[in-house]
Amino acid sequence: MEKNTPLWEIFIRSRQGLDHKHVGSLHAADAQMAIENARDVYTRRQEGVSIWVVESKYITASDPDDSDPLFEPAKDKVYRHPTFYDLPEGIKHI
Amino acid sequence: MSQNIDFQTRFQAKIDAEIKIEPKDWMPEAYRKTLIRQISQHAHSEIVGMLPEGNWITRAPSLRRKVALLAKVQDEAGHGLYLYSAAETLGVSREQLLDDLHSGKAKYSSIFNYPTLTWADIGTIGWLVDGAAIMNQVMLCRASYGPYARAMVRICKEESFHHRQGFEILLTLSKGSEAQRKMAQESINRWWKPALMMFGPPDSESTNSEMSTKWKIKRESNDELRQRFVDVAAEQVTFLNMTLPDVVWNEERGHFDFGELDWEHFWSVVKGNGPCNKQRLAARVKAHEEGAWVREAALAYAEKRKNRTEAPPQ
Repeated sequence: MEKNTPLWEIFIRSRQGLDHKHVGSLHAADAQMAIENARDVYTRRQEGVSIWVVESKYITASDPDDSDPLFEPAKDKVYRHPTFYDLPEGIKHI
Repeated sequence: MSQNIDFQTRFQAKIDAEIKIEPKDWMPEAYRKTLIRQISQHAHSEIVGMLPEGNWITRAPSLRRKVALLAKVQDEAGHGLYLYSAAETLGVSREQLLDDLHSGKAKYSSIFNYPTLTWADIGTIGWLVDGAAIMNQVMLCRASYGPYARAMVRICKEESFHHRQGFEILLTLSKGSEAQRKMAQESINRWWKPALMMFGPPDSESTNSEMSTKWKIKRESNDELRQRFVDVAAEQVTFLNMTLPDVVWNEERGHFDFGELDWEHFWSVVKGNGPCNKQRLAARVKAHEEGAWVREAALAYAEKRKNRTEAPPQ
């Protein structure tokens, strides 16, 4: 009986100085092989300078059905944005 | 029941508002099923599509052509993998997807059931087969299901080189000897109508189209995409000083006519009676079975390494 290879989520840093970004997923027997496979699947054209792999089962995601109550608290807090504050015309460097 | 109707309404409202659907979002069962069928079919096509071209890697006429063809076939493998992952986000396993291909339950594009008889076929596949696929895939970059649309964006970026290298092969042949010109024209003649049928049956007979359009998986009809492809290819072929069979400008319509397509033949190929159906499937099954020991060895090695790092210090 063949055992199935686990699924990995792949994150790529496209350039030094930028964040790693989720690009997709793939199957591999372990982390090292996941990195090697990710090199071939996601960076054939120099799309990356660094790869992170995380086994998919370790990712916990928020529930889309709860996203209203989850994100609602930030909705009425416009005072967290700089444009909320009234300043005189012509004032500089602020 | 009323709750389900509520979900349906909200789902359609999101689609209508161009909000992408993501894996964990609620979706109608039929939407999920349609996507699994379409995305897996698409993935299988990429994988089976490696076979007709792989046939010419060892016989490519120069090193330049050989590295390009190798890179292209490797891209097709990558495209298959992007798409399998996208399908898996809908809750189907990789193993199930592969089983369905190998048992013949799942389909792949009929175009790959034709043989690549000459080197010119590699050019024609790049130009016409990839060209037709791109027409369809550009539309799918805007599909309503997020993981599918993102995979398509990635694929479209890479397909452009496939398309151009194909045309370049034909262009080179078109400037060659009489025999080379003949080979190129013969290849175009042979692939043209099967390529047009890649867009699927005429709108009047297309069974899956209506819901796919409502759900914004598809945004243009088979006939619209086919006509656009014909018009583009009819202009491009003039750079080769060659012709497309039965293609004539229709002043009244403002488009090129392309004659009758043999749909009976198309369905017969879909059902397994094309020139290479058995050979293609047998090659996939063989590769999977003969690769079993590699997958097992990789897992055994991973297990051994894990045990070693987790073993308590002596």
